[in-house]
Amino acid sequence: MLTLCKGEFSVERDDDRCIRCLVCVRQCPFDVHKYDEEEDRIYSDESKCVGCQRCATLCPTDAITIRYEPMEMKENANWKTYHLTNIYKQAETGGVLLTGMGNDKPYPIYWDHILLNASQVTNPSIDPLREPMELRTYLGRKPDLLDIEDGDELILKTEISPQLKLELPVMFSAMSYGAISLNAVKSLARAAAIAGTYYNTGEGGLHKDLYKYGKNTIVQCASGRFGISPDYLNAGSAIEIKIGQGAKPGIGGHLPGEKVLEEISETRMIAEGTDALSPAPHHDIYSIEDLRQLIFALKETTAYEKPVGVKIAAVHNSAAISSGMVRAGADFIVLDGLRGGTGAAPLVTRDNVGIPIELALASVDQRLREEGIRNKTSLIVAGGIRSSSDVIKAIALGADAVYIGTAALVALGCHLCQKCYTGKCAWGIATQDPYLTKRLNPEIGTRRLVNLLKAWSNEMKELIGGMGINAIESLRGNRLQLRGVGLTDTEYRILGILPAGE
Amino acid sequence: MRRIYVKEDVCIGCRLCEIYCIVQHSKSKNIIKAFRDEPRPLPGVIVEEKGPISFALQCRHCDDAPCVESCITGAMQRMEDGRIICDIDRCVGCWTCIMVCPYGAIRMDQNRKVASKCDLCIGEDIPVCVKNCPNEALMYEE
Repeated sequence: MLTLCKGEFSVERDDDRCIRCLVCVRQCPFDVHKYDEEEDRIYSDESKCVGCQRCATLCPTDAITIRYEPMEMKENANWKTYHLTNIYKQAETGGVLLTGMGNDKPYPIYWDHILLNASQVTNPSIDPLREPMELRTYLGRKPDLLDIEDGDELILKTEISPQLKLELPVMFSAMSYGAISLNAVKSLARAAAIAGTYYNTGEGGLHKDLYKYGKNTIVQCASGRFGISPDYLNAGSAIEIKIGQGAKPGIGGHLPGEKVLEEISETRMIAEGTDALSPAPHHDIYSIEDLRQLIFALKETTAYEKPVGVKIAAVHNSAAISSGMVRAGADFIVLDGLRGGTGAAPLVTRDNVGIPIELALASVDQRLREEGIRNKTSLIVAGGIRSSSDVIKAIALGADAVYIGTAALVALGCHLCQKCYTGKCAWGIATQDPYLTKRLNPEIGTRRLVNLLKAWSNEMKELIGGMGINAIESLRGNRLQLRGVGLTDTEYRILGILPAGE
Repeated sequence: MRRIYVKEDVCIGCRLCEIYCIVQHSKSKNIIKAFRDEPRPLPGVIVEEKGPISFALQCRHCDDAPCVESCITGAMQRMEDGRIICDIDRCVGCWTCIMVCPYGAIRMDQNRKVASKCDLCIGEDIPVCVKNCPNEALMYEE
């Protein structure tokens, strides 16, 4: 059948620069470039190009330019090329359209409508190069009151719930071994260990080589229960029950059997070659009471020594659900927003389901404060955190810490081509093909992630120092440090911030 | 002495090591001229590849180098710093060195009729293959 879908990219090769070294031919996993020996020429099949930029980046003479050139249709405000090509694809395949990474549609990004304060005249700003600044963060349930025995030495009598100690309020979000390569997971684990933070196993279990990073690991328990054993639950420093994911709220997961190779099968504890299907709900959790049972089953398994948290996708009634989760015993809550990434999701779900993380965060923090239970849990937000300023704004809005997933993958080389679901990631990240996974050298990956966290730490210190704050704890929930621009009255009310000028 | 070592688990088979070796041993050292306008030298590094496994192979600069011992003209010689080079003015192209090399790291330069191999980039602090490997699969170490 003739396809009506043309490629989205053009491949421009500067023939004055091309030396026929064939690096592009060898590096493209989508077989775009082909060398014709007879003519000593490289032909490029643009219809296969996904715009991952691997060839352009590795070309030693900069001979290749990849340009986004979608099919140009007659201008139509309603029928965009996006809709037309999707219909063409569905008319040809009859299938649900798949995609990878986070929502890329132009919904409002509230971080870009929020501005930070700085000290001028009446309060001194602090220079982080000259004075100590603290980004250290503790996650976990905090007591209502502290009982301290007075005497020669102060003795803390209150028993403190288990806490996670972070050197900066940024962690690596749940990405399973299976969705991403072992080299990618190793990079995340090692970087978390060096930077003094945590990475999250995702729902894919814990590879035997990664048990040694347990101190910096949050192990996940999702609906598929892959790779879960008492050893696994006790291997990490905290447990996260995954109810939902920002990229695909209400939907389960599916790792195709062809990706379930020997090591993944061993790690996930399922037969080699079988599909790893995560049901949409946990079939033993249909209520807050059920959730409480699982939380306490996990706490029992780990002797009440590790915080147990719950992750949900940010949806319309997140605030009420969060209240329930805290009462069910969640030591931390993770909210994953509309822009959260994924290895594979139906396009229609990714692009249309969920709510922006900024609004979910503000409403959940507010609700928990109003109910007087905010101290009983830590609030972690995820989904589209792009920079250190997003982190600072999230913390001022009420978050205790953030998770970064996409930003971490970008540091590892991801170019957001959104083709994770094909398993052919040219950067060796979202693939299990041994020819491709080698492309991510975990030593380089670790170094790049550590550098990213170091850069963000320095920037965050600059930002809070500018506000005259020397510890991130003093910024938490301090919405007076925020002002909005270009928002509606309703949005100001939900975010709990004032417009700039007020 | 420092030698080049390969980490085959992160060699991606892009062959940029070969490309930069050619440029380094070309007349102009300009990548475009070296490939398009000038007689192209053979790379001193060879990427061996089978399925997903690949690695870059170059002269090991052996302590007991059979190529030096067997060379009939004294072209294959050890320099003071330990590296082994082929003096192409003395090489007669008898290929004895190729036959005795246990690593298959010497190649025939059919144009010049001389043996061609890695010289660890004379004049460079770090050989160009190591410097330009995009995935740090080559190391230059003691």
